Amino acid sequence: MNAAAQNGELNRNGANEIYHKGGSTKRKFQESFEPTPLYAAIVTYVNYAVVTLFGFLRDFLRKHGFEKLYAATEDPEMKDFVPLYASFESFYTRNIYNRIQDIFNRPICSVPGATINIVERKFSHSGWTSKYTGKTLKNVVNLGSYNYLGFAENEGTCSEAAIESAKKYGVGVCSSRQEMGNLDIHTKLEQTMADYLGVEACITFGMGYATNSTNIPCLVNKGCLILSDGLNHASLVLGCRLSRATIRVFKHNDMEDLERKLSDGVVYGQPRTQRPWKKILIIVEGVYSMEGSIVNLPGVLALKKKYKAYLYLDEAHSIGALGDHGRGVTEYFGIHASEVDIMMGTFTKSFGAAGGYIAGNRALVEHLRAHSHSACYATSMSPPVCQQILTSLSIISGTEEGRNRIKQLAKSCKIFRQGLKKLGFIVYGNDDSPVVPVLFYSPCKLGAFSREMLKRGFAVVGVGFPATPIVESRVRFCMSAALTDKQIQDALSACSDLSSLLNLNYSKAK
Amino acid sequence: MEMDKPWIVAEAIQSALQAPFYHFILEGLLVIWILRLIFSKSYKIHQKETLTKKEKEELVGSWQPEPLVPPLEKTLAKTRPYRLVSGQVGKNIVVDGYKCKNFASMNFLGLVGNKRVEEKIEKCIRTYGVGTCGPRGFYGTFDVHLELEERIAKFIGAEEALIYSYGFATIASAIPAYAKRGDIIFVDEAVCFAIQKGLQASRSKIVYFKHNDMNDLEDKLIEQEKIDKKNPKKAAVIRKFMVVEGIYMNTGQICDLPKLVEFKFKYKVRLFVEESLSFGVLGDHGRGVTEHFNIPVSKLDLVVACMEYSLASVGGFCCGRHYVVGHQRLSGMGYVFSASLPSLLARAAIEGLNISEENPDIFAQLRQKAAFLQDLLKGIKGIELVGYPESPCFHLRRLHPVTPEKDLKFLHDVVNKCMKNGICITVASRLKEEFLSEWPASIRIAVSVEMSEEDLDEAARVIRHAVEEACNKCKGS
Repeated sequence: MNAAAQNGELNRNGANEIYHKGGSTKRKFQESFEPTPLYAAIVTYVNYAVVTLFGFLRDFLRKHGFEKLYAATEDPEMKDFVPLYASFESFYTRNIYNRIQDIFNRPICSVPGATINIVERKFSHSGWTSKYTGKTLKNVVNLGSYNYLGFAENEGTCSEAAIESAKKYGVGVCSSRQEMGNLDIHTKLEQTMADYLGVEACITFGMGYATNSTNIPCLVNKGCLILSDGLNHASLVLGCRLSRATIRVFKHNDMEDLERKLSDGVVYGQPRTQRPWKKILIIVEGVYSMEGSIVNLPGVLALKKKYKAYLYLDEAHSIGALGDHGRGVTEYFGIHASEVDIMMGTFTKSFGAAGGYIAGNRALVEHLRAHSHSACYATSMSPPVCQQILTSLSIISGTEEGRNRIKQLAKSCKIFRQGLKKLGFIVYGNDDSPVVPVLFYSPCKLGAFSREMLKRGFAVVGVGFPATPIVESRVRFCMSAALTDKQIQDALSACSDLSSLLNLNYSKAK
Repeated sequence: MEMDKPWIVAEAIQSALQAPFYHFILEGLLVIWILRLIFSKSYKIHQKETLTKKEKEELVGSWQPEPLVPPLEKTLAKTRPYRLVSGQVGKNIVVDGYKCKNFASMNFLGLVGNKRVEEKIEKCIRTYGVGTCGPRGFYGTFDVHLELEERIAKFIGAEEALIYSYGFATIASAIPAYAKRGDIIFVDEAVCFAIQKGLQASRSKIVYFKHNDMNDLEDKLIEQEKIDKKNPKKAAVIRKFMVVEGIYMNTGQICDLPKLVEFKFKYKVRLFVEESLSFGVLGDHGRGVTEHFNIPVSKLDLVVACMEYSLASVGGFCCGRHYVVGHQRLSGMGYVFSASLPSLLARAAIEGLNISEENPDIFAQLRQKAAFLQDLLKGIKGIELVGYPESPCFHLRRLHPVTPEKDLKFLHDVVNKCMKNGICITVASRLKEEFLSEWPASIRIAVSVEMSEEDLDEAARVIRHAVEEACNKCKGS
């Protein structure tokens, strides 16, 4: 192991040929972020320029009545009110997003498993009007849902147990945890989750997004410093803002920048008063869903110990998906769960349910039970959803089937990634992450790729501005343990066809 | 005059040559000094002294942060443990081992445990599974969600509805989608915590008006109008909103909707109404506060409600005109960045709507029962009843408050006593962070339409008895 790896330093671009103690096997930590090719950047800017010009033209035509206006308009009674939306704010929505909106919000009418049935829609007038054709596209291979371990099932032990639970408890709880909403099934779930993660205690909430936005304000407040990774999720950003602490953003997964900011924070204190910060909280995610990268946890922990900061780890995408037993990014790096102060995660992705949790030592969890905004004011999790998590947890942690699912997911990730790289696509992120973002740069290619894949029977997710930088539109494949090897091979051959049709093989790597 | 120019230059050279020697020296030194100043390194007068590496390490070593959370013993000493409910939160509830009639869960229409809902949920799980595994934009939109949105829009009489997967996140995401920095929001003091978080996230200027006091609101609106007249250019880009609740969670009072709509058009302020407690309660068909006051929903800008009370499901919705609601599909944070509502919960809500539409008299029955119970409780000495007379959710406060801690203890004593005698009620939970956290502590009572007259009589009897005992205990101590 080289010295750089011992300190937890990793290169961002290109492979990092280091081996680290990852659970029971030595694992190669390999991340790649090939820089944008100049040709792709130029083409993308030209795309945007053309679409923008046409946008201005069409806006002009619509304003002066040459073209029919399909958008909803303000009530005539309210014409003297200050306009609700600035006209330029929605320029992007009207003229760029609208043209490719058929690739978003596709309604489905089946369980979001390995294959789905998509309700067909037809768009006309450049995307302004749509209607349902009445047909369904059946058995489309699902490469877009967060179904990492394949627990989105409508038959089997999980769904039977959920139905029993719905009969026993009903569906609604109608009260908050602190009042009359604390059911025995919640306590059981929290204990089981704490045991699974290897921590003292755990508290659960009804929504993953609300877990972040209602609990970060309980842990830090004004006079504290938050160091947040540049690519953190919107819920983390909202939680940080609501806490009123000072937020400083460090470059994505960049340990040097984090160290610099930590050092400045401790040494120079608060900006004007020079008083020391009350607490410093580092917020990172386990797997970043837009980049497919895994956090450099050994590096962050080393810095955390040195500067006495606290670490908040959001494992929304990594719980269940990384590690030999699915315990997340701590197991992946061979680190004990007690080293992370606050472990947060969601049940939506790997467990096929909904909701979020925060786990840690008992003092933390009891503090949140008393002070969390969600525990005090929001209703608790619905019992059938709790039961789904309990059943899937027992399968993941205790049975052969669970281990097989985890192995299948890891295998699928490797096969798919290597397949895409061989085809010449630029794939971001870590080899082991279940999220596979492939860069297309231009929003027009995004639209074309998604539509063509749908014609070939594959459902993919395209993401553009503002979720990604404006030049870096991408398609994000989500691997699932439910996908068979044949489905993955078929997906790769469809990608290969489209790679030559749409000129998508940007990668210069050999 | 061109002849003057060469003559001046010639004269200058002549006078320079005639100058005494010390002039040259002085001027030479001056030139050298100027050159030095130009080429030397600049410095700032108040430059920060950079610390050495050793000094930095010392500072890092000596800094001690506060503990992340208070010590466990301290937290446990200050807080009460959660009550444990075994089984369903229906009409009859088993809490902490006591079998009670449930007047604490806000299950107004008695839909928890409804057999029809159960059947539909079973069918739904067998079709869609439990979770949706994705946000609305990425294959998380199910036909169930679309059906629920259509049904809600039709039920309320709005053009479009939008579903969120959590009640708390609904209003907390709806407000910041429209109100930004620089806008002004007029809010009632007594609004619930979720609205306060929405206001905080919006970064707008917040103007609180006294609870349900339309005169105070009008004064503040007039004040703002005066400011606008002074600077009409600025006023032309500042949006103004009013946020109120149909029935307030914190006081059980009803808002004065006709007056608010009048203010909306008089002062050009948009109106958002949060109807969690009035949806499925007020109005002949349970459409909420708009039906109660006979005002068309199109006069309001946005109606927001959560489905966790009357519909006994999970999640929330926003409804209104296409122009307003459509915006949230791309800018409602809790809508775009969160997984969608599990389909079984959406199906439960749809079935709840079906049941409500088939029995429109349950709403009047609910209000009647609520009024009946309120009447019985009004006469109890030692407590004050707060709430709109027909609201199924109302508060009981101590009539003569002493100190916040003693009042809270008094109320908890009442609750414990009632529970031991078979009536389950709860103290309304509050956090210090809430605006106006000095609200008096209260017991929140929720009436369900499933309760019979005997149940209501029994509840009143038990509560009266418990309050009397608690009052005697206080007098004695």
